[in-house]
Amino acid sequence: MSIDTSAPPSSARTEPDVQVSKQWTARLRRSAEGAFPPDRLLPDRQPAYMASWVYVFGVLTLTSLAWVIITGCVLAIMGPSWWHVSSIGKFVNSLHLWSVETFFFFMVIHLWGKFFMAAWRGNRRLTWATGVISFLVSIAAAFTGYLSQQNFDSQWISTQAKDGINATGAGAFWNVLNFGQMLMWHIVLLPIGVVLIAGLHILMVRRRGIVPPFPETKSASKPEMNAEAVPRPAAPADADGPE
Amino acid sequence: MSPRRPRRFNPDRDVEDWKGAYRRYDIVKEGFIALLAVAVLVVLLAVVFSSPDDPAITLKTWSVADPVDFAQTAVTELDGTSGTATYGPPYNNTPDAAQHIGFFEPAQWFGVHQPIDTAHDFVLGPLSTLVTQPVTQAAVQEYEGATPDQQSAWTTAYEKAVANATEVRGRLRVPPGRYGPVGVILSSLTSMSQAGGLDGTLLSGGLFYNTNYTKPLLFLADGTYLADKAGAQHLQGNQWGMMNETGNYPGQAWLWLYTMWYQVYPMNQSSNADLEVWVIMMVLSLALVLLPFIPILRSIPRWTRVYKLIWRQHYRELAAT
Repeated sequence: MSIDTSAPPSSARTEPDVQVSKQWTARLRRSAEGAFPPDRLLPDRQPAYMASWVYVFGVLTLTSLAWVIITGCVLAIMGPSWWHVSSIGKFVNSLHLWSVETFFFFMVIHLWGKFFMAAWRGNRRLTWATGVISFLVSIAAAFTGYLSQQNFDSQWISTQAKDGINATGAGAFWNVLNFGQMLMWHIVLLPIGVVLIAGLHILMVRRRGIVPPFPETKSASKPEMNAEAVPRPAAPADADGPE
Repeated sequence: MSPRRPRRFNPDRDVEDWKGAYRRYDIVKEGFIALLAVAVLVVLLAVVFSSPDDPAITLKTWSVADPVDFAQTAVTELDGTSGTATYGPPYNNTPDAAQHIGFFEPAQWFGVHQPIDTAHDFVLGPLSTLVTQPVTQAAVQEYEGATPDQQSAWTTAYEKAVANATEVRGRLRVPPGRYGPVGVILSSLTSMSQAGGLDGTLLSGGLFYNTNYTKPLLFLADGTYLADKAGAQHLQGNQWGMMNETGNYPGQAWLWLYTMWYQVYPMNQSSNADLEVWVIMMVLSLALVLLPFIPILRSIPRWTRVYKLIWRQHYRELAAT
C-alpha cells in the first residue's frame, strides 16, 4: 500500500479547514485566547489607582492557601494519626492550623475590602460570587478538618454540629460523626472545591481586571454609557505611570 | 440587528473605563514575597503557640472516671429515654422529634438513614458478645423475654436506685431494688466498658476495618461527662459553642455569626434552634453571594464612603489635577 503525501488541491484544503475551525477544541482554544491573552493572564502593569495595602490581602489569602495545602499534604503522606505521636508531626499540624487561621484572617479582610470597593461593579458580579462561594466552601473544608483531628475537640464539635446538620436533613447523607467520611471530604472533595472555585475567581479577576474607583461626580450627571463595558487590564506600552 | 440600547449609568453596578495612567506591577514577585512572608508568619505562630491536642475521651475512660454517670446514661439507652433514643431522624422514627418551622421539617424528608436501636445497639448487643459470662447472658435473656411493662418497671426501679449509686474504688455500687435483671445487665456493661471492650464493640459493627464512630460518640454524648468536660473548656453552646476549641486558641472564629444566633432570643430558648439558625445562615449566605443584585445593600459601599480611604491617593491626585 502506498501513501499519497502530496498536498491536496486548494479546493480540497478549504473544506477541512472550515470543519477544523468548528471543532470544539478549536473553539475552546479561540475562546481561551480571546479571554485570557498572556498580558492579561500575567499582567506587568496595573491601573495607577491600585495603590493601597488592601490589595495585598488577596495574594496573602492565596499564599496562605498554598501553605494549607502543602502542610496538609505532609500530614496526608504520614497518615491521620502521625501528628499525635510525633513531635515533628505535631509541628507540621501546628503549621497546618496556623496557615488555616491566617488564610481566613486574610480572606475576611480581603472580602471586606472588596465589599467597600463595591468590587462587583462593571460586570464583575461573577468575580464577587465566586469569591463568596470559595469563602463558604473554605468554611466547610476547615470544619471537616476540625472533625478529623481525632481528639477531644473533634468529639465535642461533631456531637454538637450533628444537631444542626441533622435538622436540615443533610445528616441523612453527611454524617459528621463518621470520621472516615469527614476525613475524605476534608482531604479530597472540599480541597478540590476550594481550589477550583478559587481558580475560577482568579481567572475572573484576570479577565475583568480590578474594579475602578467610584466616579467623583454624582451619578445623575453621568453620560449614557454601555454598562457592560469591560475594561482592558493591560495598559498600552507607553502608558507607564509612577511606581 | 438593532444596536444595543445604552442603560442609564448606575454607580452601584457600572464603571467607567479607566483611561488614566498605569504603573509597573510584578505580580510574580509579589506572589513570591507573599509566600515567604506567610511562611515566616506561620512558622513563628507554630513555634510560639503550637496547636491544641487534648486526648479523646473513650467509653473506658468515662466509665472508669464516672461509673455512676455511665450507668445512669446506659439505663436510659436500655429503656429508650436517652437523647439518642428519642432523637428522631436520621437515627430513629420518634414521632414529633424532628426540628421544624411550621410545616417545614426537612429532617423528615429523608427519614432514618443511620438506624440506631439504643437498647440493642448500645446495651444488649454488646453484652451478647460476652459468651463466657452465663450470668450476664441469663440476665439478657430474662430481660428480652419480659413484657414491655415488666421491662419498664425494672428500668424505672433501676433509675431510682442508680440516682443514689456510689462509686467505691472505681466500682459501681447501686442500692438494692426491684429492678430484676437490669442490675446485672448494667453492672456487666459497666465492667465491660471499664475493661475497654465496649469501645471496640460499638465501633466494629461486625467489620474488621471501621472508621464510623457514630455509635460510640452518640453514647458518649448522651451522658454528662463529655458535656462537663466541654463546659470546663468554655465549649458549651451557651459559651459560643463549637467556634471555640480547647485551650486559648482562636478556633473557628469565622463561625462567629453562626454561633451568635444561638445566644440571642428566640433561638436561645427554642427547641428548633438548630433549624432556625441554619435557615437564617442560608438566607444570609445567599444574600452575600447575590449582593451585587440587591438594591440598598449594594449601595452601602457608596454611602459609607470607606472607598475614599482605600483609593485616597487616586482621589488626591484627581483633586490636584
